Amino acid sequence: MTDQPLNAIERMATVKQERLNARLKQRYNRERRFKAYGIASITGGLAFLAILLITIFSQGIPAFQSSFIKLDITYDPDALYIDDASDPEQLRFADFDNAVRQSMLERFPEVSGRNDTRELMSLISTAAGYTVRDRLIANPDLLGQTETLWLMADDDLDLVLNGTIDRNLPSDERRVSDLELEWIDDLLANDDIERRFNTTFFTRGDSRDPETAGVWGAVVGSFYTLVVTLALSFPIGVAAAIYLEEFAPKNRLTEIIEVNINNLAAVPSIVFGLLGLAVFINFFGLPRSAPVVGGLVLTLMTLPTIIISARASIKAVPPSIRDAAMGLGASKMQVTLHHVLPLAMPGMLTGTIIGMAQALGETAPLLMIGMVAFIVDIPQGFTDAATVLPVQVYIWSDSPERAFIAKTSAAIMVLLGFLALMNLLAVLLRRKFERRW
Amino acid sequence: MNKKMIGALALATAATSFATVSAEGRSQISIVGSSTVFPFASVVAERFGQTTSFPTPTIESTGSGGGLSLFCQGVGESTPDITNASRRIKQSEIELCASNGVEDVVEVLIGYDGIAIANSVDGAELQLSKGQLFLALAETVPSPNGSGLVTNPYETWNDIDSSLPNIDIRVFGPPPSSGTRDAFVELVMEEGCMEFDAIASLEDTDEDKMEEVCATMREDGAFVEAGENDSLIVSRLENDPNALGIFGYSFLDQNSDKVKSVSVEGVKATFDTIADGSYSVSRPLFFYVKKAHVGVIPGIEEYLAEFTSRRSIGANGYLIDRGLIPLSNTEYARMKDNAENLRDVSL
Repeated sequence: MTDQPLNAIERMATVKQERLNARLKQRYNRERRFKAYGIASITGGLAFLAILLITIFSQGIPAFQSSFIKLDITYDPDALYIDDASDPEQLRFADFDNAVRQSMLERFPEVSGRNDTRELMSLISTAAGYTVRDRLIANPDLLGQTETLWLMADDDLDLVLNGTIDRNLPSDERRVSDLELEWIDDLLANDDIERRFNTTFFTRGDSRDPETAGVWGAVVGSFYTLVVTLALSFPIGVAAAIYLEEFAPKNRLTEIIEVNINNLAAVPSIVFGLLGLAVFINFFGLPRSAPVVGGLVLTLMTLPTIIISARASIKAVPPSIRDAAMGLGASKMQVTLHHVLPLAMPGMLTGTIIGMAQALGETAPLLMIGMVAFIVDIPQGFTDAATVLPVQVYIWSDSPERAFIAKTSAAIMVLLGFLALMNLLAVLLRRKFERRW
Repeated sequence: MNKKMIGALALATAATSFATVSAEGRSQISIVGSSTVFPFASVVAERFGQTTSFPTPTIESTGSGGGLSLFCQGVGESTPDITNASRRIKQSEIELCASNGVEDVVEVLIGYDGIAIANSVDGAELQLSKGQLFLALAETVPSPNGSGLVTNPYETWNDIDSSLPNIDIRVFGPPPSSGTRDAFVELVMEEGCMEFDAIASLEDTDEDKMEEVCATMREDGAFVEAGENDSLIVSRLENDPNALGIFGYSFLDQNSDKVKSVSVEGVKATFDTIADGSYSVSRPLFFYVKKAHVGVIPGIEEYLAEFTSRRSIGANGYLIDRGLIPLSNTEYARMKDNAENLRDVSL
């Protein structure tokens, strides 16, 4: 009898314990599920990034190699139609393509007839003639002599070698004819084709021939544009942030300014391009397609980013620093310039670099001011016509020649490289100078 | 005091940046205009830069209409010297030019470009007429039971004509901002729609209505605007053997292992059929030169000479290798004469 209530209590306790255990298990399960969701979303994101990078890299790698054909070039005065290699006027009208043609025909003596010669010449880049010309200009004594040169091959030959053009396809579905394949095999058998690292890609500007197209023009254009952007947006942005945070009275007007800065950060970038066209080009008469205008437009775009991040980092400086400086008799300006600004600088720099990275990847505002253009010459200054890296990516992606697919991915790799470098710099600066309280 | 300092700082930075912009004259030819002419013009520009002492011209791909409106903004260094167009200049554009002081404009016809209608090499061999293309792509079509006009009911090619395969109608094409779209509408849709009495009879009663019916593409998903990027259309066709694409002939030429031409009115788009005119979906390509800039901006005359030379657009020229369809001999002679004497355009 005495056991009875105890048993009941015990039973109740076990039931309670069981319920508690069940609930606890449920809670642990819930926590595990929540973690799993987090991990799943991160893996998903990483998977997309991996797919993106793998596609870009696998497509872009072929662009870093180019093919060269070994040819004996004769600087024959009769074939070139010149008698004096030091006369620039004669050199200008000399037929260097003819010299290349002659040496190709010597290499393949069985080729005759207009159409076959044309086909044969399609193996070699149109830039080959320029290479021969530059060689002769550098060494005028070569006139009348023969030398062995490695000349750049056409992009189609490149595509055959790297397998983009499938040689097993029926000939009417393939861009390279059976005859051309025979010649390529002949060149390969004699070791007259060499694949080298594509230095052209990193030293030249745009070109309509994939084998001579390079990113250097766009890299230089991006550089000039970003220099203008940095030179303007950093001082203006920091000055605005300091004023708004430290000096401005808190009233209606500054509130409106604050709201507008935040709104400006969300304005689509093409709008800044339209503004740039109307103000800088049409009103101030600055040149079209120039990095200076691009820089000005991108300044407008990055200013809000810089101001917002600069204000956040000024806010993060503890008030005790200001109070201590004030207590020692520093003026408001001394407090700001000697204490707040140096402490806030790492955060400001990080924000600025992120803003610059954003500006580096921007194309839309540049469309209106003429920087989305085909530009071959490497820009020499802030007012020369120039284009930028993302625009180069866009232009190549829209070109019919197949080899530009690889060039597009390669240009994206260069762009991603610069972005990664800039972000790394931001991280390093933060690590080095950041102070924690 | 503080405000003054910050103001001065901002002014100083602004001033230094403007000071870098010296008022030097433009030495580069500035070209804008059609994205179809762009691949050809840029080849000429590059060659021009390599073989002369002039800097390489800059070329912006703005579309034909956009190019002409920039071109007609006025005379002076900040306006382009040359604009490319994949259609002829319109009377309204000549008037716009004239009202902005651009009085003398030289027209140069450089050749023809075919508009290919193509599908994947894995897709069916298709033979279409312009009428069938119109029925497949228009917003409003003559009712299948023969009374009046209805919203396009056709979902498969088989619905249009029982000889066509039973696959969904899905066509990737250029957006309205593109010259290729204008030309496609003009050469295929507007000709195709006239094959139907229900629409042709509108010509006398309601011409506006007729034009609207002929030129409006359907928007229910069968016709997909794929952006200005023709290589994108090619890669979509590669993945979808049942779809058709509309793009410039040079993309067909470069991707012959991926896509093949659909016959239109019994003729496939090939170099020869476009050149001899038997493939009818082709359009002329032009560029326009601002006469007031000739002699002011260095190199314009030389660029003109290079572009109109036999070695570039002649029957064996280097632009022909890029997919440009050459002019006939009489057309070439007339064009050359216009270009050399800088004759004004007359419509």
